[in-house]
Amino acid sequence: MSVVPEYRGPFGKQQAERLLWRAGFGGRAGEAEALTKLGMKHAVHALTRPAPYQLVGPAPHDERNRPLAPVDAFGHDHLAWLDRMVRTNAPMVERMTLVWHDWFATSNQGVASQQLMLNQVDMFRGNALGSFKDLLVNVTQDPAMLVWLNGNQNVKGKPNENYGREMMELFTLGANRGAYTEIDVREQARALTGWRGSVVNRQPTAFTFDATRHDATDKTIFGKTGNYAWQDSCQLCLDHPMHASYFVTKLWSYFIPTAPDPPTLEALTTLYAGNRVRPVVEAILAHPDFYDGPRMVKPPVVLNAGLLRMSKRYIDTSAWWSLSAQAGQQLFYPPDVGGWDDTRWLDTATFRARWIIAAIVQGADTPTDSPADPMRLTQRAIQFWGSPTVTATTQKLLESFARAQLKRNARPGDVETAVRRLVASSPDLQTA
Amino acid sequence: MSCYDCSRADLFRKAVAQAGRGLPEIEPGMPLPAGTGMTRREFVSRTAGLALAVYGGAALSGKALDYGIAQAASDAATTQKTLVTIFFNGGIDGLSVLFPAGDPRYYSLRPNLALAQTAGRPFTEDGRLRWHPGANGLATLHDEGKVSVIPAVGYDNSNQSHFTSRHYYEVGGTDASLRTGWLGRYLDHVGTQDNPLQGLTLDVAMHPSIATATVPVATLAAADQYTFAPGGGLPPHPLEASILQEAANIGAAHAKSGDAGLATAGKIAYDSHHLYYGLGAVRNGFNSPVGYPSSADPFPRRLAGLAAMLAAGLPVSVVGLTFGHFDTHAGQAGVLQRDLQLASDSLLAFQRDLEARGIADRVVTHVWSEFGRRAAENASGGTDHGSAGVGFLIGTKVKGQMLGSHPGVTSGLDASGNLKPTADFRAVYAALLEQWFGADSNAILPGVAGLARPALLK
Repeated sequence: MSVVPEYRGPFGKQQAERLLWRAGFGGRAGEAEALTKLGMKHAVHALTRPAPYQLVGPAPHDERNRPLAPVDAFGHDHLAWLDRMVRTNAPMVERMTLVWHDWFATSNQGVASQQLMLNQVDMFRGNALGSFKDLLVNVTQDPAMLVWLNGNQNVKGKPNENYGREMMELFTLGANRGAYTEIDVREQARALTGWRGSVVNRQPTAFTFDATRHDATDKTIFGKTGNYAWQDSCQLCLDHPMHASYFVTKLWSYFIPTAPDPPTLEALTTLYAGNRVRPVVEAILAHPDFYDGPRMVKPPVVLNAGLLRMSKRYIDTSAWWSLSAQAGQQLFYPPDVGGWDDTRWLDTATFRARWIIAAIVQGADTPTDSPADPMRLTQRAIQFWGSPTVTATTQKLLESFARAQLKRNARPGDVETAVRRLVASSPDLQTA
Repeated sequence: MSCYDCSRADLFRKAVAQAGRGLPEIEPGMPLPAGTGMTRREFVSRTAGLALAVYGGAALSGKALDYGIAQAASDAATTQKTLVTIFFNGGIDGLSVLFPAGDPRYYSLRPNLALAQTAGRPFTEDGRLRWHPGANGLATLHDEGKVSVIPAVGYDNSNQSHFTSRHYYEVGGTDASLRTGWLGRYLDHVGTQDNPLQGLTLDVAMHPSIATATVPVATLAAADQYTFAPGGGLPPHPLEASILQEAANIGAAHAKSGDAGLATAGKIAYDSHHLYYGLGAVRNGFNSPVGYPSSADPFPRRLAGLAAMLAAGLPVSVVGLTFGHFDTHAGQAGVLQRDLQLASDSLLAFQRDLEARGIADRVVTHVWSEFGRRAAENASGGTDHGSAGVGFLIGTKVKGQMLGSHPGVTSGLDASGNLKPTADFRAVYAALLEQWFGADSNAILPGVAGLARPALLK
């Protein structure tokens, strides 16, 4: 049996920083250094096998010191989740929750109930590193999903194909791989009939399986015939010989920007036995490509949470949801059922939003004891962000910028905050 | 609540614009959107007076591109022919846009969604059909002989994935591996290295139909609020301008990094700064001689801007836009009425605008969707994915006659209950390339040699 290759190189601060960003939301000061002491394998496990979930730090509030209202106030759903990303002791759980929010992308644009959206994401969180089967079965009967892809309107005699198609195309099997036919789409839709329920005035109403709406006759799916119900519909997808390769390739793409080589793919597929997520994630996070390959652009919400963590700030303004939206990612509002496009986060418009996010995290605080030495000043500005590794290229330019500004008699405090801004917007911090 | 130069309405509009963009996430086995991997940068064209995102043409400076645009504009200002391709996103229900009011089977397939036998305006070319009431603008232009309807356009063995079928239409063939758009390949044949405006997307990201392999193309988004001040009660940083300049320097230092992530982030920082300064010269204001529908959706304003650009003689050869949310699995009646009305009124206004500016003879507009919808309604007051759909060619030069007949819903359905195509989209593309642009379509579109070309123009 093939084994997934494992990274054998040095596990220093840079490797630990990449792990913290891709399997979470970056580290606070000293966190990366602490991880290096564990060695790569244990560092991965520290993230994927966390202690009981806790939120640490002050409770979130808006700019007028009022508590958040995630169910009722527009944008506060985003803020409440961002708060978890900042305060959790188990960042990998939140990061995987974000993966599932993208994988089973559901938008409140179509659901119109923040309560149902929050419930769905709670369900993802509860299964974050558990069983993909549980995720699929739960999401198939999830009220927000039933509304979003019309499963609540899929009725015996008049099937609605929307969910059944995307379940195969996006959630389990993939398009154009020869995994299913249009007939399978129709037959799946019939097997999935029976759910009802709706959102009335933002209130979820009567979500339930109604046997009188279910088509209880034979269906033929993937060449097998039976009186399939919705649970069978899920199981048939999971048992499909092309599911495992789809699953591991898609999961891989959230963590590593280059495609897995065929032996790796095969070994990961084997590791996915029993639809267990954690072993596959752990193998991906320990793979040589994870550490040796190119950097990935941080998703906007990951960057936002990370900048807050690095600068020891918490949620004390409601600015973040709108800024994150301008940067291309408002939680609970993915662009469509295909989710966000992880390859296209950066353009001139989203760069501007990222810049403003950094400016607001940084705030108006200006130190009064800034050193007049450009190198020490630069060092202090990097310390503001918890001393992340900065490339030599960037470091050199930051220092010469500081030198030039100080020579022009700019106030050292202003120069230091300027360098803070440049660190946060640098390609170094925008990627991991 | 504090909000940084946006309102809730703006955000919804942005979300809508992104949904409308609809570029698929790249999934295993799913075709990559055409144009993926093309280099992108921003520059401000003084000739155009606009900020442009340019894909390709990396070897040339902004100045050289500007010169190319000016040159092309002076060469071609009065003779430039333009093809506007408009994607109706989601698979519009052709059987509602032009509905078979004379067919009892339509009423049995659509007990709830069928339009009344007297609804809308009659379709003058085929007494069995009527226009959807939301399509009055198109009906008006059709009555004037300026619309050719393609009532059942598609291809054999239609793929019912949004992402895949759309990709086929974008690349001009049923080939998931093609990476350039059909109009992009046209530009690769006839375009130049120094005029990115030859292929223009009016959207937030490039329209894959005009993705090229060798020549540059441009994307233009509204850029009227491109400021880097944080707002929200924070004062601007005393060194703001220097910081932006230095961010660009740092970006430039990484733009050629061997690491793809650093290079991308570096390039964007550099481009953003370039755009920020260049935008000082941009005057977004333009006057339209006709009224456009007022809407939170950017579509009508983009068309108005396009008419102004074409009237100014800019050397624009092909243009891509996207509109709508036509994936009406549920609640179709309301959504279709609203969006079809807005699209149709906008297209009417655009045509009137071109006519008022005296440039209508230089422009053909082509409207398409990735597929039509199932003939039978579902139980959700909607329709599922189907096969053949409806398309349009609009302009003073188009013939104004149907391309292919309407197959009807009695004998015109396949075994799955989907409309059978009576026109192949590739034949329409080939005819457009040949008859509108005088191009050799066989060199541009794979496998069209054997397809009969419909006559498109007067």
